[in-house]
Amino acid sequence: MTRELDAGLLFEPLRDALLRINVELPEDVVRALTAAADRETGPAAREVLSTIVRNIGIAREKRLPLCQDTGMAWVWLRLGDDVRLTGEPAREVIHRAVEAAYAEGLFRKSVVADPLFPRVNTKTNLPPVLHVEFVPGDRVTVAVMTKGFGSENKSGLRMLLPTATPDDVLNAVIDIVRTAKGAPCPPTVIGVGLGGTMDAAALLSKKALVRELDDTHPRPEYAALERELLTRLNALGIGAGGLGGVTTCLGVKIASMPTHIAGLPVAVTVNCWADRKAVIEL
Amino acid sequence: MTPISLPLTPETIEDLRAGEAVALSGELYVARDAAHARLIALLEAGQPLPFELRGAVVYYMGPTPTPPGAVIGACGPTTASRMDPFAPTLLAHGLAGMIGKGQRSAAVTEALVRHRGVYFYAYGGCGAFYASCVTSNRVVAFEDLGPEAIYRLVVRDFPVIVANDCHGGSAFYEPA
Repeated sequence: MTRELDAGLLFEPLRDALLRINVELPEDVVRALTAAADRETGPAAREVLSTIVRNIGIAREKRLPLCQDTGMAWVWLRLGDDVRLTGEPAREVIHRAVEAAYAEGLFRKSVVADPLFPRVNTKTNLPPVLHVEFVPGDRVTVAVMTKGFGSENKSGLRMLLPTATPDDVLNAVIDIVRTAKGAPCPPTVIGVGLGGTMDAAALLSKKALVRELDDTHPRPEYAALERELLTRLNALGIGAGGLGGVTTCLGVKIASMPTHIAGLPVAVTVNCWADRKAVIEL
Repeated sequence: MTPISLPLTPETIEDLRAGEAVALSGELYVARDAAHARLIALLEAGQPLPFELRGAVVYYMGPTPTPPGAVIGACGPTTASRMDPFAPTLLAHGLAGMIGKGQRSAAVTEALVRHRGVYFYAYGGCGAFYASCVTSNRVVAFEDLGPEAIYRLVVRDFPVIVANDCHGGSAFYEPA
């Protein structure tokens, strides 16, 4: 039995989610930052964290964006096999919602029309990065992030050997975070994509970031790997702002998929402390 | 937090030490990637710059649109290393200070010592907070660049940390 759904119904929840996340962080992220501020021992990092907590309060109260980099919109549409979208094409609805949110929210338009030829601002923050995935069931789920580029510029990819151990994977991720130092606005949230092809691993590293910050990976091996990675990343001592401290990362989220016998792609998306995301279900 | 007046004097710069939290009051010039490329082109052509470089502090920032009735939108720092290729030339021509986030290259920290300048770390991502420290905001050059134009801001009690001082000191932690 196929469910019919008017794609236009995506507009309001998507626009509203974008308007909200650039101004208000999810509660789990606020809790993690407040806890990090309370336990920080590095004097400069403590200043950074307490200012971040104040910034969250001012943004919410004055309805100002948390950060002037209101990001490039990243949208992941999961379409159930038993649902058929009707009316306006979903792609156009999503574009309209992004444009409306960036105009109404007085967000910075940070997208250029081409990486090189010509590098001119589209003035609408369009297009978003849009991924579509088919899933079982009759639901439509839209996950959205507004991705800042101070952190995106520090993301990275390693193609490891198929014989790489879990420790080799950890070291590849740690190397990327160590090299990033203070630039991506730590404390960061780290998304790790393992397996697939190079592009699939990169996408998984973004999808992993959609998970709740305080959830636990359903597979115990990966849950343990996430915990160990978080401990080792925080042991780097980079700290908030890169000024030295006990919290370099707020969380590590791993997503994996089957891969080829000859390889082990490892992709890392670095997200800043302003971990701006929302999930909408229709 | 030590109060510091802008523009900077050579005496003030000599007294600043990496790791120190200070509050800046006075004028800042906002410039980022595209504006830096133009400033360097003007210097190379022997043309005058649109503001007095001597004693000036440049803030690496690109704000959100200003809400009605407000002075400025969210206005936190951007990554400073993108301006590393330009900074030594500007320091050689009198620039006294820079504000941004993240580490600088060795060429920049060496130029800070040679030309007696300072790099301040501003709290990354705290755009809403910094908006409340800005009392005036106007475009002074390159208006066609939009959020990348050069703005003159007047700030009051704008908190930063001395990240790299003119004595070679650094507040950044170097991971092993």
